[in-house]
Amino acid sequence: MSTPHEGRGEHADPHLQHHFQSMAQQYDSGKFGMWLFLVTEVLLFGGLFCAYAVYRANHPEIFAYAHQFLDKTLGGLNTLVLIVSSLTMAMAVRCAQLGQQRRLKQMLAATLLCACVFLAVKGVEYEHKWKHGLLWGTRYTSQEAAPAAAAAPATEAPAAIAAPADGGTTLPHAAAGPAGLAAEPQTGHGAGAHGGHGPAGPAPRNVHLFFGIYFVMTGLHGIHVLAGMIAIVWLLRRSAAGEFGPEYFAPVDFVGLYWHLVDLIWIFLFPLLYLIH
Amino acid sequence: MSTHDATAAPPAVGSENYLNCSHGFRSWFFTLDHKRIGVMYLASILSFFLLGGILALLIRTELLTPTRTLMSADDYNKVFTLHGAIMIFLFIIPGIPAALGNFVLPLMLGAKDVALPRLNLASYHLYLIGALIAVLSIVQGGVDAGWTFYAPYSTTTNTAVVTLTFGVFVLGFSSVFTGLNFIVTMHKMRPAGMGWFDMPLMLWALYATSIIQVLATPILGITMVLLIVERVMGIGIFDPALGGDPVLYQHFFWFYSHPAVYIMILPAMGIISEVVSVFSRKHIFGYRAIAYSSIAIAAFSFLVWGHHMFTSGQSELMNMIFSALTFSVSIPSAVKMFNWLSTMYKGSIRFDTPMIYALSFMFLFGIGGLTGLFLGSLATDIHLHDTYFVVAHFHYVMFGGTVIAFLAGLHYWWPKMFGRMYDEKWGRISAIIISVGFNITFFTQFVMGSQGMPRRYYAYVDKFEPYHVISSFGSYLMAAGFFMTAWYLVKSLYRGRPAPANPWGGAAMEWQAASPPVLHNFTEEPVVGDPYDYSNQDYDPAIGGYVLRKPEVSDR
Repeated sequence: MSTPHEGRGEHADPHLQHHFQSMAQQYDSGKFGMWLFLVTEVLLFGGLFCAYAVYRANHPEIFAYAHQFLDKTLGGLNTLVLIVSSLTMAMAVRCAQLGQQRRLKQMLAATLLCACVFLAVKGVEYEHKWKHGLLWGTRYTSQEAAPAAAAAPATEAPAAIAAPADGGTTLPHAAAGPAGLAAEPQTGHGAGAHGGHGPAGPAPRNVHLFFGIYFVMTGLHGIHVLAGMIAIVWLLRRSAAGEFGPEYFAPVDFVGLYWHLVDLIWIFLFPLLYLIH
Repeated sequence: MSTHDATAAPPAVGSENYLNCSHGFRSWFFTLDHKRIGVMYLASILSFFLLGGILALLIRTELLTPTRTLMSADDYNKVFTLHGAIMIFLFIIPGIPAALGNFVLPLMLGAKDVALPRLNLASYHLYLIGALIAVLSIVQGGVDAGWTFYAPYSTTTNTAVVTLTFGVFVLGFSSVFTGLNFIVTMHKMRPAGMGWFDMPLMLWALYATSIIQVLATPILGITMVLLIVERVMGIGIFDPALGGDPVLYQHFFWFYSHPAVYIMILPAMGIISEVVSVFSRKHIFGYRAIAYSSIAIAAFSFLVWGHHMFTSGQSELMNMIFSALTFSVSIPSAVKMFNWLSTMYKGSIRFDTPMIYALSFMFLFGIGGLTGLFLGSLATDIHLHDTYFVVAHFHYVMFGGTVIAFLAGLHYWWPKMFGRMYDEKWGRISAIIISVGFNITFFTQFVMGSQGMPRRYYAYVDKFEPYHVISSFGSYLMAAGFFMTAWYLVKSLYRGRPAPANPWGGAAMEWQAASPPVLHNFTEEPVVGDPYDYSNQDYDPAIGGYVLRKPEVSDR
């Protein structure tokens, strides 16, 4: 950074860009810009939340049925991981402000680790959906009924669940579905007509719409996690050079704000996708 | 870094300015200087304006006869799609804010640059990338879905929809970054002594524009993402065959694209506010009303998108609400119009080129705005929707409004940008030719549309032929006016009379900088004052421009 800063005293910070009067003005501008950027992010996801609301209002039976294929345990674990990562990120910002170089690097690394865990768990979930054809639109090939494990106690479905012997997920295999239902092909008649109360009933029409929304929302969120990880790696490199301290911590602060937003979006995605009934 | 070399030299030396302070491709392409970025934007958008204009002439030539004239029906569909997409996304949206706005905004604030110069450069690079991707769709055979990309046709046609929509997605980021930067700059970089209501109205207009850019463009982004995944992966959200809802696409699209027309028109109104006052030599009338009406238009713009879907199966209640909200947009628009007229009242009006364009704007935007009310009322819209009436209304607002104001601004700030005066006589002549040609082209389309000529049709009933011929003739006249403009503007760069700092007698701070400005804009700290007070300047015939009456006069 070789920006000139003539005329503003000999003690001007080397990070101060030429068109600002002071570090405070520069910091305020950056922070305000970051908040505005976060507004655009909220609106970007807002479009998807809007699509979610429209389809859920029009087809509640699809959501009530299909969400049972999502793994609440893994979703909950990921929620926990992201909340912890937000904590470590906040602590990283604090360390940068206090000039604690070692702890700053540790906290950034911890955040990065959490992000990796999040994506790994997400990968396991995606793989399961992929294997069972629980996909979007034209790719939806699943023939299985809703897992009885997730069914409400009131259901009449026999609890004939095989041991979850298939590769690490807690979801039953297609063949382990309630007897008779698993073999039944999709009839194409709306379960919505029955009021959509029986989670183990036949699949309603267009279940794939739920998975379409699920994959777009979690996918876009995943891309944001990836972008955040790139930003954190960049911060780690700069903090290794000892660039941050009480005078200059804006980048850590701004990435932190972004990271909290990514976390916050998941806090909304998790209940809306996993915890509905 | 180029900026570094340049600042090593003292800025006060002779005629050094931002144009000649450093040389070479890199010194431009990677510059952080808002003026150079503005000039690069200007060159880019004008190139795409030429491309879009050629496509427009192809459309008009094809429509000379009721059947085939030049091209096949499929090619015709591609040409009008590209004309729309290029003109909207590559020319008008970035046109005034990113090209002219980038140049004048920091100058009007007396600042050295925008708040986030690197983001500004990133915005330009993203614009170029997005534009190239969008233009790549031509190489891939073009797109025939119309610039609105309505599902389900856009999800089923076998043309290059993904490329063009991805280009639009990238361009959206560019637009967001420009808007974000402007908002931050106006909040954080105003000089001491300049409150919000001391800013030139151009800045209020840019502020309102930026708000829309930041708040609406992400919705376009997600809509384009959904359209792309729909086509690439078959996600089914807009596909009725898979239980999706194509009308939801229209809601999403217009939730951005209606506010987007205010992204196009609001900065145009800002230019008119500047030009009308300066060339009437009179303080702007109703400053606060104009400022607030910009914000009011921005606010209303988010609540009227449903008026594009009166015939798409919305409920009657929704239609009525959207119709009423649409009518209410006319209030702040009329507030501006009457304030401009009142500014001119008893002013000493000078008919220089920018003012001729400004007057032309008021006339054309008046027609465009009032015909919008025909389309906003439910019953007449049933008759007029998807006809040439809509096409004419849209062009009266977007061309008669935005492009004419863009030309006003271009001529107004041309001396400031390049330090040369263009040929005033040719400026006036081509301003009149363009305005007349425009009316010939599009007024006939109002008539055709009200008689039922549908938009986007390749072949038409014989009775419309005379109208189409007149309309096409008008478009050729307009094209002649534009080529004339291009000719004298380019000529002025080489042969033009050197421009004084303040050729028009403007009172906003950009006229205190040299023409063209030095790299850091001002050689001495600019004086903050009322941007519409013309009482303290004198015309100096020796330099052909206005000079501030120095305070030392009162000292003696």
